[in-house]
Amino acid sequence: MTEPADGEKINAASTADELYDCYLRKTSKFPHVWCSGCGIGIVLGSLIRSIEHIGLKKDDVLVVSGIGCSSRLPGYVDFNTLHTTHGRALAFGTGAKFGRPALNVIAVMGDGDALAIGGNHFIHSCRRNIDITAVVINNFNYGMTGGQNSPTTPEGSILTTAPYGNIENPFDTCDLALGSGATFVARSTVYHVAELKEYITLGIRNPGFSVVEVYAPCYTGYGRRNEAKTPTGMIAQLGKDAVPFKKTLLNRRKPPGSLEGGKFHIGIFRDERKNEFCNSYAELVKKRKKDMENPISS
Amino acid sequence: MAERVRLITGNHIIAEAALAAGCTFFGGYPITPSSEIAESLSRKLPEIGGYFIQMEDELASLAACIGASLVGHKVMTATSGPGYSLMQEHIGFAAMGEVPVVVVNVMRGGPSTGLPTKTSQGDLYQAKYGTHGDAPAIAFVPATVREAFDATVKAFNFAETFRTPVSILADEVLGHMIEAVEMPEPGSYEVVERIKPEDFSTYSHYDHATAQIGKPLANYGDGARFHVTGLTHDETGFPTNDPELIAKCHNRLLDKVTENADKLFWRETDGIENAEIAFVAVGTASRAARVVINRLRSEGRSVGLYRPITLWPFPADDLKNSISAAKTVVVPEMNAGQLVEEVRKYAAPATRIVQVNRFDGELITPDEIYASLKAALEEV
Ligand SMILES: Cc1ncc(C[n+]2csc(CCOP(=O)(O)OP(=O)(O)O)c2C)c(N)n1
Ligand code: SF4
Ligand SMILES: [Mg+2]
Repeated sequence: MTEPADGEKINAASTADELYDCYLRKTSKFPHVWCSGCGIGIVLGSLIRSIEHIGLKKDDVLVVSGIGCSSRLPGYVDFNTLHTTHGRALAFGTGAKFGRPALNVIAVMGDGDALAIGGNHFIHSCRRNIDITAVVINNFNYGMTGGQNSPTTPEGSILTTAPYGNIENPFDTCDLALGSGATFVARSTVYHVAELKEYITLGIRNPGFSVVEVYAPCYTGYGRRNEAKTPTGMIAQLGKDAVPFKKTLLNRRKPPGSLEGGKFHIGIFRDERKNEFCNSYAELVKKRKKDMENPISS
Repeated sequence: MAERVRLITGNHIIAEAALAAGCTFFGGYPITPSSEIAESLSRKLPEIGGYFIQMEDELASLAACIGASLVGHKVMTATSGPGYSLMQEHIGFAAMGEVPVVVVNVMRGGPSTGLPTKTSQGDLYQAKYGTHGDAPAIAFVPATVREAFDATVKAFNFAETFRTPVSILADEVLGHMIEAVEMPEPGSYEVVERIKPEDFSTYSHYDHATAQIGKPLANYGDGARFHVTGLTHDETGFPTNDPELIAKCHNRLLDKVTENADKLFWRETDGIENAEIAFVAVGTASRAARVVINRLRSEGRSVGLYRPITLWPFPADDLKNSISAAKTVVVPEMNAGQLVEEVRKYAAPATRIVQVNRFDGELITPDEIYASLKAALEEV
């Protein structure tokens, strides 16, 4: 990521009104498409707060997404925005980042988008460690298409394409990211907005591929079929079930569902530095040019 | 002059031509018989400070190219049948988002994995109808290594001015064939540079009122914070469900190509006026047709050739006029019959159409074209 040279917050805005005024698009089609009680708007709030906190110039930010309710987020924010095809946000983002490394690229994806149809791009982006921050909004189902099961749907849940209960094993997004080589991996929920802002901030600051998974309620597609009483009740439940992860030997990170009573870990699971793709390429180009200037030594 | 003559394959000249046209970004996934294009650019792009990336599949390859095009690069990807199939969703996306990209398809036998190392012209229709919805299509079919250079440079130029994907349909034989080519001097061919908007604050990526081409294109990061989506959108770039605005959006995409088809018009004819027997052929199949034409001429027959180089948009009116006097039209092609369907649409009703199809992976031969024609002529 690129910080403004003078370290000042270029878009300095503080109150919520000022923040929205600065970062939301005046031309776009409000009211937004999301159901009342949806968690995606909360993620939008955290995203712009962290961008404001870092002080990124709006012109230097590209928000790219795939297809789904989560992926409609870029349409509302006043950055360079690219709403692509289902699952492919990271591939488009890779081309944009690689071709213009000064851009801060943030990919916003749903669980189906990132992990089902986009699973291949997800693991390869992790492996490449390209400096993109992936925000995966996990609402445990395909919200946009009407509540079908997704790769993160818990076993036993009722979905429109699993009317007798989901029999498949879910992915742990963070495990997948860790195993594939992402250098910053964290999970928060829309209940934990302070942490969410912090993790997105750290993700953007990490010069490598970052995955921030956010548990979010989708009452319409998931909750009402699975014993949730209200959308706000679902958010409150996330607050009760989240167990802060502390990186100690005794506190081993566990995949969702494996803690007792539906509890799950939130926190930073990895924050490391490793060779980043665009940097490595720039070095390769430099070396090649040098070798061409000194053909004898090459 | 002599030092500009090189022995070079079709695939290598496509890579050279891309650089000559200003290509600075290539994203691809290896596939026979196109891989030499990627290999060649993986060597050359880093040397000029350009960008080469091998993506995880063809969807990703074209996606990366579109992303790179939107930040200001001239971009290209290269593939063959199976990869071209995977790219179709993003060919549609680039058309909808009005993003310039060049897609090379070095055709091999199909369907499916088919014949990885053997030739074909099986994707002529895919280049027009491959992506869903009514998408515009521009495609060139070069016949010689030298012509592949021109087709590639033009593909970049038209991708920029039309802001839409342009396909080059080479085939395995052309891709791997070595010919002696006098490499064109820089400056001897036109290179269209991307037009940047004068004022980023008022930049609008879309203008649905007209079919105008040659409009400016802003880069992400330059100051115009615009939105690109694959959803049908209004002029602000945001999704719409208003039928009137939907029609405007779709019409602009198609009209850009149909109303400016004259600028894309590119074909070769040889003695087609008043020819009794007209050959209509594209790409390498046209080279076999030429041999037959010479043979028939030496037999005293009146024979002509009509060869579209711009296959899409199809030169319908020009073909219609050119073959109106022919009693017989011969259409040799390396597929089960695709170009011939276009010819049928525009030939006079009484015309005898002789289709010669070969799709066993081998190059169609003059002998079989000659034999098919003779047999058809003797039938009457
Ligand atoms: C290639 C393709 N396949 C299927 C769809 C239909 N589709 C649209 S959104 C979606 C799932 C979205 O789920 P998720 O990514 O979890 O996002 P959410 O809506 O839950 O935020 C699907 C299957 C599509 N648009 N494109
Ligand atoms: S369907 Fe679910 S994810 Fe989509 S807007 Fe409604 S609540 Fe949000
Ligand atoms: Mg979802």
